Amino acid sequence: MFEKTGVATREMVMTKFPPIERINRGPVAVVECYQKIPCNPCQTACPVGAIQIGADINDIPHRDEALCTGCGMCVAKCPGLSIMIVDGSKSADSVEFRIPYEFLPLPQVGEQVVGLDRAGQPVCTALVKKILNPPSFDRTPVVTLEVERKYLYEFRNFRREAEAHG
Amino acid sequence: MRELELLIIGSGPAGLCAAISAASSGARVLILERSFKPGGQLIKQTHMFFGSERQYASHRGVDIADILLKKLEEYGDRVELMLNATAVGFYEDNVVTVLKDETSYFKVKARSIICATGAYEKSLAFPNNDLPGIYGAGAVQTLMNVYGIRPGKRVLMVGAGNIGVIVSYQLMQAGIEVAAVLDAAPRIGAYLVHASKLARMGVPILCSHTVKEAIGTDCLEAAVVCRVDESFRPIPGTEKRYDVDVMCISVGLSPLNELLAMRGVEMKYVPLLSGQVPLRSEDCETSIPGIYVAGDASGIEEASSAMAEGYLAGLCAAAGLGYIPQDYEERRQEYRKQLEGLRSGPVGERIRAGMKLSRL
Amino acid sequence: MRITQHPILTFERGKELNFTFNGQPMKGYEGETIAAALHAAGVKVLAKSLNLHRPRGFYCAIGNCASCQMIVDGEPNVRTCVTLLREGMRVETQEGKGTIK
Repeated sequence: MFEKTGVATREMVMTKFPPIERINRGPVAVVECYQKIPCNPCQTACPVGAIQIGADINDIPHRDEALCTGCGMCVAKCPGLSIMIVDGSKSADSVEFRIPYEFLPLPQVGEQVVGLDRAGQPVCTALVKKILNPPSFDRTPVVTLEVERKYLYEFRNFRREAEAHG
Repeated sequence: MRELELLIIGSGPAGLCAAISAASSGARVLILERSFKPGGQLIKQTHMFFGSERQYASHRGVDIADILLKKLEEYGDRVELMLNATAVGFYEDNVVTVLKDETSYFKVKARSIICATGAYEKSLAFPNNDLPGIYGAGAVQTLMNVYGIRPGKRVLMVGAGNIGVIVSYQLMQAGIEVAAVLDAAPRIGAYLVHASKLARMGVPILCSHTVKEAIGTDCLEAAVVCRVDESFRPIPGTEKRYDVDVMCISVGLSPLNELLAMRGVEMKYVPLLSGQVPLRSEDCETSIPGIYVAGDASGIEEASSAMAEGYLAGLCAAAGLGYIPQDYEERRQEYRKQLEGLRSGPVGERIRAGMKLSRL
Repeated sequence: MRITQHPILTFERGKELNFTFNGQPMKGYEGETIAAALHAAGVKVLAKSLNLHRPRGFYCAIGNCASCQMIVDGEPNVRTCVTLLREGMRVETQEGKGTIK
């Protein structure tokens, strides 16, 4: 299915998430890279050596959940924009996501946006908490969003309410 | 007639890296660029590149062009970059005729030549495929990312390879709706991270689909697509109409290397490399000593490989001219290792097989 | 048709230029090609094919194909996708092969 649509299955997604206990302890990177391609900037970007690809640049990155601090340095560096940070330590009811978003206009802090799943379908609402866009991110802003906890494995993207295509 | 040490034809990723490499060894280089802007197709690549640090991974293509051009400046007058200069003939005595500014011709004779002429976009046959509004995906990328002009309002992308999905994403960044991306193949050809980026924006990617016909009087108004079976035959009754004013054709590239064929370099049709390619050594040298090839002109690959090939060809061409730096062997092995790494994974399988067929 | 805001790029347009398309006054910018300026003005049909006189637009935008050839200042077969716009240019739809003067 994934190879026909670009939409990862739930089983595939689950292999990339650390255990919920780890998510509840604090921010951690989820590296949704499923295909062996020649690419390694995530490994280069990680300041604590938590993402390892190994000698073969084609290997799939492995994120060590014990070492990962969830700093998010890798999020804007991944050319495939496949990395997000999840943080379940803030609340029992919600989780925070940090995802890359390369579109204009950027949302406002405090804005309610439409949460989308991996197929771009609306699944929930999300609250924009923060937007980071320093020069080091090189025009890949990273948006922090608060999402109801039950959408932890569904939420992957968002669109602004006012945005209608066409 | 002007006589030269090293002539490089093309200032894309392969040509620029070849020039940097050769000049750093001490060779004097003339680069010919047919466009009024250097950088080849890098100048319209707004996405971050793959690969490793050595191929400027994680930098955007458009910025890599600037990085390479700046690097080239370090070598001062050892390197001359000539714009609006198209190589139109390449003869037995290593004479190259150049059309300058579309108005005058001149000849150069070089002791060594690197052909880094890139590729051209393939087309696709279907009724009315010549309607204005049906453009190469790379052409739309040029219009949009170089000139800042939208190609239209709603686009159908034909081809789910890297260019197809990357340009689709860039269309959305420019505020243009992408109705769907389709591909006749049963699986997405692009790196799947790119496909996922698009999928989560809500753009459907339709494999095993093709264009049945385009509709329009003066310009494209709609497209009819349909499913295809395993043998790529249209399945009747599966037609679907998309009202679009732009269709992008992204069904692959072909190496652009007629100059080498004209010179008499041994060529071979290698479908795995997407067309006619010159036979060459591991150092990118063709069947004629001193004549090298690098980048898409030697077979269609990613820009990261084009850069590594450029560095290797530039190093070896300079060495052939007598400019052998102290770390020559080290650098040669390093570039070869980079190429091997970039091609070693499952997505490099086709390239590896193609390389075997195109070795001298 | 022109992009004013872009998440990655900034477009620095050169000075405004006047030209004509089939006698109609048009505006474009220095640094852009004839085909780009025409497209920005909504002109997609650049020529007519040789035998069947079907409409032709640009196809490759980098000077490889011959789809965008037009008559510019009286000269036929100008590849408008790689020819920069200049002040006062007379650009015309090309029908057929064109003749050398």
